[in-house]
Amino acid sequence: MQVQLTINGEKHEADVEPRLLLVHLIRDVLRLTGTHIGCDTTHCGACTVLLEGRAVKSCTLFAVQASGKQLMTVEGLEQDGKLHPLQEGFMAEHGLQCGYCTPGMLMTSVAFLEKHPKPSEDDIRRAISGNLCRCTGYVNIVKAVQHAAAALQGGA
Amino acid sequence: MIPAAFAYHAPKSLTEATALLAKLGDGAKVLSGGQSLIPLMKLRLTSPPHVVDINGIQGLAYLKEADGFLRIGALTRESDLDESELIRTRYPLLHDTCKVIADPLVRNMATVGGNLAHGDPANDHPAAMLALGAQVVAVGGKGERRIPIASFFTGPFETALEPDEILTEIRVPVPPAGSGGAYVKMERKVGDFATAAVAAQVTLAASGVCESAGIGLTNVGLTPIQASRAEAALKGKRPDEAAIAEAARLAAEAAQPTDDLRGPAEYKKDLVRVLTTRALRRALERATARR
Ligand SMILES: Cc1cc2nc3c(=O)[nH]c(=O)nc-3n(C[C@H](O)[C@H](O)[C@H](O)COP(=O)(O)OP(=O)(O)OC[C@H]3O[C@@H](n4cnc5c(N)ncnc54)[C@H](O)[C@@H]3O)c2cc1C
Ligand code: FES
Ligand code: FES
Repeated sequence: MQVQLTINGEKHEADVEPRLLLVHLIRDVLRLTGTHIGCDTTHCGACTVLLEGRAVKSCTLFAVQASGKQLMTVEGLEQDGKLHPLQEGFMAEHGLQCGYCTPGMLMTSVAFLEKHPKPSEDDIRRAISGNLCRCTGYVNIVKAVQHAAAALQGGA
Repeated sequence: MIPAAFAYHAPKSLTEATALLAKLGDGAKVLSGGQSLIPLMKLRLTSPPHVVDINGIQGLAYLKEADGFLRIGALTRESDLDESELIRTRYPLLHDTCKVIADPLVRNMATVGGNLAHGDPANDHPAAMLALGAQVVAVGGKGERRIPIASFFTGPFETALEPDEILTEIRVPVPPAGSGGAYVKMERKVGDFATAAVAAQVTLAASGVCESAGIGLTNVGLTPIQASRAEAALKGKRPDEAAIAEAARLAAEAAQPTDDLRGPAEYKKDLVRVLTTRALRRALERATARR
């Protein structure tokens, strides 16, 4: 089946089997390998992308379902060579160690901060509760999101 | 994990969808949020030759009060419930429920209709809808019908829906003044299904007597369970601690759990007693505040 979709503002087309998962279209067909596959069982959130602005697990969606839709992956965060405040936050606060969960954490947090520009620590912890991290213990991830929230508020 | 091959259909209207389902018969599966169906297909626990994606049908995602009912369109996502002012302020039982289903990412896709249609006794909305006395609206080749939630769950992963029927709406009677509800779930971690969970909805008369009570149990039987004897025990009584304790005891009696990784049956039965106590206390607090 023919699918057409926009990822990070760029139009893509591919001829796919209906059973192809969105994450495989993104990684294997379109070679946008920033999106990760952690568990493949809908538990870890490493595969999180934005579908029409909502954070979803791309391992639990068929590529054909995304046809005609707007998507954003971690590659879309950097604009004109400038990192997104969330990426800056993860660097500044050591929000990652191995980095495997990071693309998913970033995408969940982007969508979250859009809706909740002034979150409490508790709000952040709830928001990222579908994203598992095996390394950091989450403390610095929460700080990274707070860092970004402050930067975005300050218009930085 | 790669699902088996299937043919994908994306009907644009309900008529087209039900006609497709009638033609394809048992081999077709409706796809809503996909958060139960796709994991099952990836594990090849199910391999439907046809998938009918109903997400392209307009007008199936809404939340509104009309004609004495809260009407929830089948494609309403759990996150829509969570963000709805109407749900937060007037349907605390549903608000509690949507917050503890899966995780925020799954809730961005998962639908209320799918949560019921899946017929999984571990899902959280069935008990909530039992406590609220909801109705399910189904549309099929023979037209539209309303199914009382009490007769909707016919077995594990089985519902009263015909193969050509689509669940289109859930109707919850608008609770009268003096009503309140709560959902209390014990889960091992975020995103896990309930070890046990209890939904309670109560209405208090001006005199403080319990006018009606609904109690639903999650994941302690082959189907979601309505604790009817516990409900009856509260009706017409002043809901003091003794009445709550008696209802909780009867709810535990209604539970039919089995031993599994989440714990032994005996533990889960007692958990139902404790969770019923907590759910009723919270529901009563909320009902009192709305009197
Ligand atoms: C990691 C994880 C954790 C989860 N934890 C929980 C939890 O704690 N509590 C909980 O309640 N759920 C949980 N779920 C399940 C989740 O809420 C599902 O999304 C839900 O059970 C089904 O909704 P859906 O819209 O995704 O349905 P789908 O997966 O699209 O469909 C499920 C089934 O229902 C049928 N169906 C769907 N919609 C209709 C319709 N409108 N008419 C007729 N048939 C229909 C489908 O054919 C299919 O058989 C979890 C899921 C995951 C992946
Ligand atoms: S890879 Fe998608 S949730 Fe883990
Ligand atoms: S940094 Fe290693 S999994 Fe999160």
